[in-house]
Amino acid sequence: MLDNMQTIVNQWFPNVDLEDLWIATGETFYMTLLSLVGTFILGILLGLLLYLTARGGIWQNKTFNFIVATIVNVFRAIPFIILILLLFPFTDFIVGTIRGPNAALPALIIGSAPFYGRLVEIALREVDKGVIEAAKSMGAKTSTIIFKVLLPESMPALISGITVTAIALIGYTAVAGVIGAGGLGDFAYFYGFTRRDFDVVFVCTVLIVLIVFLFQFIGDTISNKLDKR
Amino acid sequence: MISIKNLSKVFSTKTSDIHAVKNLDLEINSGEIFGVIGYSGAGKSTFIRLINRLEDPTSGQVEINGEDITKLDKNKLRISRQEIGMIFQHFNLLWSRTIRENIAFPLEIAGIPKAERLEKVDELIELVGLAGRENAYPSELSGGQKQRVGIARALANDPKVLLCDEATSALDPETTDSILDLLVDINEKLGLTIILITHEMHVIRKICHRVAVMEEGKVVEQGDVLDVFLHPKKAVTKKFVEQVMGDQTQDDSLEVITSTYTSGKILRLHFVGELTNQALISQVARQLNMEISILQGKVTQTQKGAYGSLVVHIDGTPEEMERAIDYITSTSVRVEVLDSAR
Ligand SMILES: Nc1ncnc2c1ncn2[C@@H]1O[C@H](COP(=O)(O)OP(=O)(O)OP(=O)(O)O)[C@@H](O)[C@H]1O
Ligand SMILES: [Mg+2]
Repeated sequence: MLDNMQTIVNQWFPNVDLEDLWIATGETFYMTLLSLVGTFILGILLGLLLYLTARGGIWQNKTFNFIVATIVNVFRAIPFIILILLLFPFTDFIVGTIRGPNAALPALIIGSAPFYGRLVEIALREVDKGVIEAAKSMGAKTSTIIFKVLLPESMPALISGITVTAIALIGYTAVAGVIGAGGLGDFAYFYGFTRRDFDVVFVCTVLIVLIVFLFQFIGDTISNKLDKR
Repeated sequence: MISIKNLSKVFSTKTSDIHAVKNLDLEINSGEIFGVIGYSGAGKSTFIRLINRLEDPTSGQVEINGEDITKLDKNKLRISRQEIGMIFQHFNLLWSRTIRENIAFPLEIAGIPKAERLEKVDELIELVGLAGRENAYPSELSGGQKQRVGIARALANDPKVLLCDEATSALDPETTDSILDLLVDINEKLGLTIILITHEMHVIRKICHRVAVMEEGKVVEQGDVLDVFLHPKKAVTKKFVEQVMGDQTQDDSLEVITSTYTSGKILRLHFVGELTNQALISQVARQLNMEISILQGKVTQTQKGAYGSLVVHIDGTPEEMERAIDYITSTSVRVEVLDSAR
């Protein structure tokens, strides 16, 4: 079966090894999904901190808000490729290696969480102040307000935000691939570009575009389904 | 009972201090519907938000059944708030929750177990007349229905007090009336104290027992709704009364009407909280066998009965007319003879 497909594919793309391509695609998914989970959690945390400590927020705190905002802005300003290099010692310490898909995760998460955090903050600001006030008037704790009002009421925006972030992340995994993280970017660079086998580069590009479409589709579907406004 | 003593709230902004509520004193009895009326910016919303401390007072006290709300720490305040329901002009429902889940929310906050929650929610849905819509989302409801959900939600934890901030201001007149009827119904059924903020005298007239008029952060006039309607003292109050009654003292048309009559008498009948004499006109006509025609007037219903005045024309022999006037005087309707036959 796989042999059959391999022959068919090779008629068009002589240098593409299906098994290797399959592994690379799996690595891209692996990196994207895991870093997405990390980004989601860290981003929501950052977004909540930004929102709650802002002026008029439940934990209004100018200094703290300034510190968090500064960290977020600094990390958003660093180009991803430089961030990976900058984080090498940290990655080595946490993951124990600087090569392979796992080694890309810290940089991917730290690179995209601040971006997502800002999107989360914007989403939370869109939550109707009146609804928060209603919850307060019922005697809700801050934790109740966060988990039963703020997050559910902003969920469609949180999902479309994480979709945008996911697409940026797929791009980042390809960049990370160039310095040896694995995945389709890695595959396109080492098996395609360096050997001048451009059919490989082409196939990888098509696959990445398809993955992007898939994430966009899933994100849009969930977001629409959740939106009862 | 709610007693408010010397309550003040100052908002400090960069440019100035805004005294939204100034040294306010009020006593609100248990089980009454107490209205607060005032123009935009009078400080009504600030006042009602001070009662459940959505706004912290700058000074003063708010005692609800002997408990000083202003002295409570954060946790005690949260518990106390569960016993103070609140409804809002824009309903403030969670769009992500169904009607049932919205009404269950305060019960979740109070830590009521699920089975009990469901039972209570069904009861409330019945009470506010939304049976059959429990699985709809707020976006699928009309304004009036949304406010019914708001009311059900506010009643979930069996509060002793219900705060209403412009609860009908976003609704059309008919829906307003149905929501007001519901509030009266709840007030009677549950013995709930209702504090209601509005800028519409119609709302006060229709359901309130007592009213306070606010202007520039102060209560400038208060009393039984009928008294305030009858003897408005301050200019603001007079203006509000005119909203409902029209200006009764300056009626040019009256002279035109009276001048067309060459015999008989023109009387003005004052109805003040009438519950028993609402059929007066037909009684006079029937029992005294007298022609009596209504020329002009406005009578409106309040919680304490009918209020307003009617200008009528009667005709007959002087004795007959005397008898009619005596008859009316013997009831609690006040008679004023405007014009005798020429
Ligand atoms: N958070 C705030 N900060 C500063 N000023 C405020 C704040 N809230 C209210 N005010 C001011 O306090 C005054 C009273 O406002 P409030 O909302 O209580 O009026 P209102 O009688 O409810 O008016 P409306 O009928 O328009 O709702 C206004 O001058 C308003 O600008
Ligand atoms: Mg207001």
